[in-house]
Amino acid sequence: MTETTTATVKIARSYRDYSAPLWRRVLLTRESAVIAALLIVILVASLSVDHFASPITMTYLLLDITPILLIALPMTFVIITGEIDLSVASTVGLSSVVLGTLHQGGMPIELAAVAALVVGALGGAINGFLITVVGLPSLAVTIGTLALYRGLAVGLLGTTAVTDFTEFWKDLAKSKIGDTGVPSVMILFLVLAVLFAVLLHFTRFGRGVYAIGLSPEAALFSGVRVQRTKFILFVLTGTVSALAGIYYTLRFGSARGDNATGLELSVIAAVLLGGVSIFGGRGSLHGVIAGVLLIGTLGSALRLASVTSDVINIITGLLLVASVVSTSVLAWLGKRRARQGNTARNAPAAPQ
Amino acid sequence: MTISPPAVGHAALELRGVSKSFGSVVALSSGSLRLENNSIHALIGENGAGKSTIVKIIAGLYQRDSGEFLLDGESCDFSSTAQSKAAGIAVIYQEPTLFPDLSVTENIFMGRQPTRSLGRIDRRLMREEAVGLFRRLGVRIDPDRPTLGLSIADQQIIEIAKAISLDARVLVMDEPTAALSGVEVERLFAVARSLRDEGRALMFISHRFDEVFDLCDTVTVMRDGEYIATSPIAETTVDELVRRMVGRDVTNLFPKEVAPLGDDVLVVKNLSQPGVFHDVDFTVRAGEIVALAGLVGAGRSEIARAVFGVDPYSTGTVAINGKRVPRRNPGASMQLGLALVPEDRRKQGLVLESSVARNTTMAIQRTLSRFGLLLSSRENEAARQWASRLEVKTAALDTEVGTLSGGNQQKVVLAKWLATKPSVLIIDEPTRGIDVGTKAEVHRLLSELAGTGLAILMISSELPEVLGMADRVLVVREGRITADIARADATAESVMLAATQSSPAPTKEAVR
Amino acid sequence: MTNATASAPVSHRILQALGGVAKARETGILVALVLVVIAATAKNPNFLFSTDGFRDLLLTPSILLLVAVGQAIVIITRNVDLSVGSTLGLTAYLTGRLFIDIPGIPIVLVFLIGLLFGGFLGLINGALIAFAKVPALVITLGTLYIYRGINVWWTGSDRINASDMPKDFLALGTKTLLYIPVLTIIAVVVLIAAGWYLRNQRAGRELYAIGSDPAAAHLYGLKVTQRVLVAFVVCGALAGLAGVLYSARYGTVNSQAGSGFELEAVGAAVIGGVAIFGGSGTVWGAAIGAYLLFTINRALPILGVPDFWQRAVVGVLIIGAIVLDRLLALRQTRKLTEARDND
Repeated sequence: MTETTTATVKIARSYRDYSAPLWRRVLLTRESAVIAALLIVILVASLSVDHFASPITMTYLLLDITPILLIALPMTFVIITGEIDLSVASTVGLSSVVLGTLHQGGMPIELAAVAALVVGALGGAINGFLITVVGLPSLAVTIGTLALYRGLAVGLLGTTAVTDFTEFWKDLAKSKIGDTGVPSVMILFLVLAVLFAVLLHFTRFGRGVYAIGLSPEAALFSGVRVQRTKFILFVLTGTVSALAGIYYTLRFGSARGDNATGLELSVIAAVLLGGVSIFGGRGSLHGVIAGVLLIGTLGSALRLASVTSDVINIITGLLLVASVVSTSVLAWLGKRRARQGNTARNAPAAPQ
Repeated sequence: MTISPPAVGHAALELRGVSKSFGSVVALSSGSLRLENNSIHALIGENGAGKSTIVKIIAGLYQRDSGEFLLDGESCDFSSTAQSKAAGIAVIYQEPTLFPDLSVTENIFMGRQPTRSLGRIDRRLMREEAVGLFRRLGVRIDPDRPTLGLSIADQQIIEIAKAISLDARVLVMDEPTAALSGVEVERLFAVARSLRDEGRALMFISHRFDEVFDLCDTVTVMRDGEYIATSPIAETTVDELVRRMVGRDVTNLFPKEVAPLGDDVLVVKNLSQPGVFHDVDFTVRAGEIVALAGLVGAGRSEIARAVFGVDPYSTGTVAINGKRVPRRNPGASMQLGLALVPEDRRKQGLVLESSVARNTTMAIQRTLSRFGLLLSSRENEAARQWASRLEVKTAALDTEVGTLSGGNQQKVVLAKWLATKPSVLIIDEPTRGIDVGTKAEVHRLLSELAGTGLAILMISSELPEVLGMADRVLVVREGRITADIARADATAESVMLAATQSSPAPTKEAVR
Repeated sequence: MTNATASAPVSHRILQALGGVAKARETGILVALVLVVIAATAKNPNFLFSTDGFRDLLLTPSILLLVAVGQAIVIITRNVDLSVGSTLGLTAYLTGRLFIDIPGIPIVLVFLIGLLFGGFLGLINGALIAFAKVPALVITLGTLYIYRGINVWWTGSDRINASDMPKDFLALGTKTLLYIPVLTIIAVVVLIAAGWYLRNQRAGRELYAIGSDPAAAHLYGLKVTQRVLVAFVVCGALAGLAGVLYSARYGTVNSQAGSGFELEAVGAAVIGGVAIFGGSGTVWGAAIGAYLLFTINRALPILGVPDFWQRAVVGVLIIGAIVLDRLLALRQTRKLTEARDND
């Protein structure tokens, strides 16, 4: 009896790079939906809300959401790996306090800023250590460090605030690029955004982040250093949060222990809205940035239209709920269609 | 205690011509089975023969596409596991799923706890019943302890206790002995026999012929999703069963060509990890295919994972081409030329939701990067090259790898590792869950690779594969290497002997 | 009959000792609570022995207790409810509004409405989570925003003042029965009911099973969707009840009432031994955790630590609790596995 084989003639196989045409790949995504929503909001607001389309509105809008924009960058990575960091706002507060206290104590502001960054990185490292080495769940750990870092911030400064920052720095924080109305701090943000985008989409490290989110076991078996990657991400989050804290302090000219309380929820809401899945493994930065801008723009437009700030909260919440529920519903519809059509698209692989 | 027999003429459970497909993949084309009361019925077949599909249909996890499913003569259609349970069917899996935080007693009675007034759970009564169940089974397990940390053997007993408390008439045991030691197997068999004597119908799925001949009275063979034959154990032999399982003369299936053997490439010395494996010593030369044979649960995959660096080991050394491989560091192992195609393709070998291109290039990202940057165009190029070399069947490179067939998935995993141009390839269950055609392709590929000087360590539970492909067979039993058999001396008997330290299945044995 | 490989004397003894671990946790924090009270009272006898001091120690944390108990129930099923603070605030405001807009409304009715309203808000959460299969973290984050937003919008620039509420209701906030505040009694009654239910009713045990291994629970045929839904309804209802108590206790209610309670409730539960991944822990532990958090808060200034450091102490406690849990779990697994290997 001879062996059973497929045809011995080797057919040279060719593969398409992509299974769907470019327009489908780009347009039929969560990110495109968010970007479209953003554009619609901008359009509608420019037409119907007085003063919305003026440069000064954009200035204040961007100045306001800069901390969220900054922190959303590393937070995206963290959530893609399937973890979460609730302590970011407390790190903002802590770095603000460190900056203020050291500066008040005589240290030049540049040095104090570096110290604040180091404190932020340290906070991230503690999170990272507890999560990767001790093996604790990130939700619980960062609830704990949320309290701890905020507590340290408030403890260090009490109820007082440090306000003697030089005009130079305060103005720098609020300065704009020429006549455009775009704040100069946007340059800082753009640089970071590009760096993070490159890191996520064009490096091994970034590939590893996605792999960890989709299948930590397979990632480990392929040589991805899972623990080290997660640790680095938490350190990055801590550092960027500290950076946001420095900006926040200088912009308002006041270092307080309770600065930016509650910010973590805005960041996470924006990241999730921007298409990053809470289950991990999916998402990209452009969607997240659009998500932050969407929430910020909506808030700004509503404020100008004299709608009270609570409505923006309701809308943010509704958007958040709608975005995750719709993903779930779409997935369910997809499975049903596959079952009925009996195609191989979503079928479980043949049992072993 | 005996349970009332069914109406005369009806088998406890019967399947006739059952089929099941998933999209274009046919898992079962015609499954047939007839379980009688007072009997333990073995179901055997190679991986991919359709056994687990049958089990899942019986359990209510899948719905059959066609054919008849009769329970006690009546047709049934279970749309959920709860329904099949209610109908009196219990399935004991290899990996029982219990609630780790809850006590043994609660696990048995969850959802059905005995109650007193006000709906209060009667814990004393519940505990008494649990103790009674264990007494009936002849086992001693502390009913109050949490199930966390219990051995698989004990967990299976608890599952059986659950089944009995539900008064299951049909018990299916899916490869229950895979992770059990000799003593635990004996205990399980004693329990099974007593259940049989009470009038229940049992089904026993296993790869181990000695167990099948020891425990069962009837055996059904399946192959490639089809029912082949049923016979009483007393009237058949291992050879006949193997022939039915494989469907062809075994020796010609695996075309291992003779290859010139080179130097020692992989040298493992004194590898030990307490509780898992001990004093593991072996070498693999360039061009050699060394097989690690043994029963499932013997520790082979653990050894492989430790060598590669995913699992820890406490003592011993691993060296490739003379260089020490640091422990617990897969990245370093990869750099030194080691590759591992893991046992669990879907969870360890692939990122199922990622594309073919990404999965294929996952291990060579470093070489594809320029100045630290990785472009998907380069990934696609490399993926195209390797996927076509292995003839992976997919429409596009960005197809999710989870949608490919088992055989093609395995090819992607192979492509991923071959792309790293390794010196040593460890491959764990190379053809598990793969169709016959792809199986032959994989074997031919491995043979070719050995011919080019690759050192291959192959773990396999399929004896024919081991005997056909290996230059040497290392047999592992309970974490130790008990035999090093050269190709010429390797036979089913010699390997099984070393793997179980008991004589191979007798050809005739009185049914107990 | 074969002799089984389980329950040899060694493992049994270890298990007896370890079985006490769970109960040891509640005892442990109770002891910690007592120690804190003793230390603070030693420094300043008024901490405990003044009528106001004693009453306040029992009274104020009872609000957090209710929220923590509800949160614990949800966490046990391997979920979380971040919207409880907003639910509390919204219900507190509703309470005030009811008294203002419907003069003479019976107090009992207000309690009932508060409970039902909270339960309704919880139902929204539960329905989305149980049916749409979306993670609780995200949904309750969303409803945290939505409910708080509704609260702020409804409140407007207003705020409920103590003078708006009926005297009887406010009196409830400070009335005591045998030296124990009435509100505390209410909270403790709820606690006992919840504790009893979770321990002695099938549905209660199923909550633990669902949290311990959701996949196994499904395979088992447990009504997972239903149970999770009910857990969220109860959590919301308890937060609603806490809102009513809040109004009674403080009299003044603004739109930020309850802000931050959700994280404190999670903290209390975690400190109390409720595992964040579900499947274990008790509402008793969460309740003691709530009291411990509050009492430490109060005790710190007396012990010479400026109360600015209070949050930091809370943070350390939470981290300490989960590290301790992890170490104990590792030790337990190792001991149980060794016992098994030695049998």
